[in-house]
Amino acid sequence: MKRILQLLTATVLGVCTLSAQSAPEIKYEAAADVLTLPAYGEVAGVATNSRGHVFVYARTGHPVATLGDERTFYHGNARLFEFDPSGKFVKEIGQGTYGFDFAQQVRIDPEDNIWAVDAGSNVLTKFAPDGRLLMVIGRKPEAIAVRPGPGMPARLIDDKSATAPPTGGGGGGEGGGAGRGAPGAGTKSELFSRPTDVAFDRAGNVYIADGMGTNNRIAVFNRDGNWVRGWGQTGSGQGQFDKIRGMVADAAGNLYVADSGNNRIQVFDSQGAFKSEITGIGTPQALCITASSPQYLYSSNSNDPESMDNGEIYKLQLDGKVVGRFGKAGRVPGEFGMVNSLDCRAENTVWVGEVWNWRAQKVSLKR
Amino acid sequence: MMRRLCAGVAGLLLCAPPAFAQAKARATTPEIPFDSVSFVNKMPAGLYMGEAIGVATNSKGNVFVITRSGESKVFEFDRNGNFVKEFGRGSYGYGFAHAVRVDKDDNVWSVDEGSNLVLKYAPDGKLLMVLGKRPDAIDQLNRMQGTAPYSGANRPYSFHRPTDVTWDPQGNIFVSDGYTDSRIVKYDKNGRFIKSMGTRGNGLNQFSTPHGISADAQGNIYVADRGNSRVVVLDNDLNWKTTYEDVGAPWGICISQSTPQYLYSTASSGTNMEVENAAVTGEIYKMQLDGKVLGRFGKAGKAIKEFASTHTIDCRNPNEIYVAEINAWRVQKATLRPTSSSSQE
Repeated sequence: MKRILQLLTATVLGVCTLSAQSAPEIKYEAAADVLTLPAYGEVAGVATNSRGHVFVYARTGHPVATLGDERTFYHGNARLFEFDPSGKFVKEIGQGTYGFDFAQQVRIDPEDNIWAVDAGSNVLTKFAPDGRLLMVIGRKPEAIAVRPGPGMPARLIDDKSATAPPTGGGGGGEGGGAGRGAPGAGTKSELFSRPTDVAFDRAGNVYIADGMGTNNRIAVFNRDGNWVRGWGQTGSGQGQFDKIRGMVADAAGNLYVADSGNNRIQVFDSQGAFKSEITGIGTPQALCITASSPQYLYSSNSNDPESMDNGEIYKLQLDGKVVGRFGKAGRVPGEFGMVNSLDCRAENTVWVGEVWNWRAQKVSLKR
Repeated sequence: MMRRLCAGVAGLLLCAPPAFAQAKARATTPEIPFDSVSFVNKMPAGLYMGEAIGVATNSKGNVFVITRSGESKVFEFDRNGNFVKEFGRGSYGYGFAHAVRVDKDDNVWSVDEGSNLVLKYAPDGKLLMVLGKRPDAIDQLNRMQGTAPYSGANRPYSFHRPTDVTWDPQGNIFVSDGYTDSRIVKYDKNGRFIKSMGTRGNGLNQFSTPHGISADAQGNIYVADRGNSRVVVLDNDLNWKTTYEDVGAPWGICISQSTPQYLYSTASSGTNMEVENAAVTGEIYKMQLDGKVLGRFGKAGKAIKEFASTHTIDCRNPNEIYVAEINAWRVQKATLRPTSSSSQE
């Protein structure tokens, strides 16, 4: 039934959709056995560096709550692993780091630094290839805030302490304008709400997709980690977003933003000017862009947690034309369960990180 | 988490009555003679059994046990009880163990009621399948209990999120306490309570998050009254002396050990590093003890020579300031080069 509805919807949406649905199947082989995680868990992020090393940011270990003075602190639900090109485990990075709460994505910048994006702590941590901590953007909510207890939280009474640190639900219950700026745009700050992805330009600026919570914006920081600019707010118009799930930058500095709730990829120049949108590829979630010339874009139409519909991955030209598609949702090797991450440095080798199946598959596409 | 707790409580209620019901056949059924040994008694060093929750055998007679330990674990033993291996060590799948089973192909299945997961392992321990999805921790956070309210409890020997400590020349101890009380507490050098002062507010003898505290060589006490954007000076008996209101919201304060002594106070940026706020905060002030401002250095930001939400400073040497920053996860050592006009010496 869902399938039929989908086809109907596709027809209504028009030519572009039809072309995607009828896009040629790309033959492929998938290796589910290349990596063995030192600790099993959901593969939220997978990425390769220039030497072919593979990095996995996984939701593993346990979400731990520490009991404090009527406050609860949350930590330890994510680990970052490095493997060599053959899949041999090399090392763990960032063990016990304050910002590792709920793995969301990992990306490698042009200098092979490793960026872990965490949607639980709202923190992005940057590590050198040797594992040293280089930078942090974003701040973790001090405690798990939420239901007002018998009394009002002190800082609500204390309205003069405007600079007091925020308590924030890691669940992203804040940052949504709150009387400042456009609704759901966030403030000009590193107060993120479930950030999902990060990209880089040649000048070393850092673009952060923010995110799946109450902010719907792109936030840009310079190489020192200071605010440069931002754009976007909640909505469905041009330059508006509904749950940004992924983002990549092309060689010219254009940004491709997986605007999942609006079922489209929006394309912006590096200043945030809207250029175009790509539709007809389902609900874009994980994105990657090749280092080849010309560049290609891959976009996953991941299944949701309660169905095995969809799951295919599209290959696109940068102008949005669908070149082909491969895969479907499922659990066995070669199928994709809740894809959350793609890496495609080489055009025909795609790493696929799966939440459902706790694995990263190395997919080889056949011409 | 909350949900799991409720499920646990409900489980107890449901299970408890049958557990204590006496069997009808108990009095009329003959007893079967039997022997028994404790099977699992050869754990390797550093591995321990917890509550034994599930047990199963495979076709070779090996025995699998799932246990609620510090973290739930699945162990394999040979038929003689010798430890063979552990399945899925450190995995995401063990929140609160419930069962282990072995299928016809000798694959090992664990059932976990804490993570809501059924896992299938090959006999060699390789993970073959994940059924179910552990609820995302970030979706559970909103179900957690709320944060601490202001207490005003003012108890002699317990604190409410205390923030800082200092000492006078006699060794008396002064604690700023804190986020959810709002007072200064004085103890003698042996830790015996002497007195306390302060409630929440912005009036005299009130604080709004007393966030830092420092004493001078005369035993006067300087309090960083952050929420009220002022430094409050108290005498050694905690009586109000004066207030300095020109140096922003002080997060960290510090008094140098030089002669003369100087007072440093940080006008820290907020921890969101919000642009509008950061543009007008972030610097650190140098003052005379009488409150006269001598100079300032730094600004908000993340580059070197910028400060990203300064939390605490050390100024033992008045020209060598260590700066602890919240948002940049770093400590900077700032070396001051005071000019003759700003040094006042």
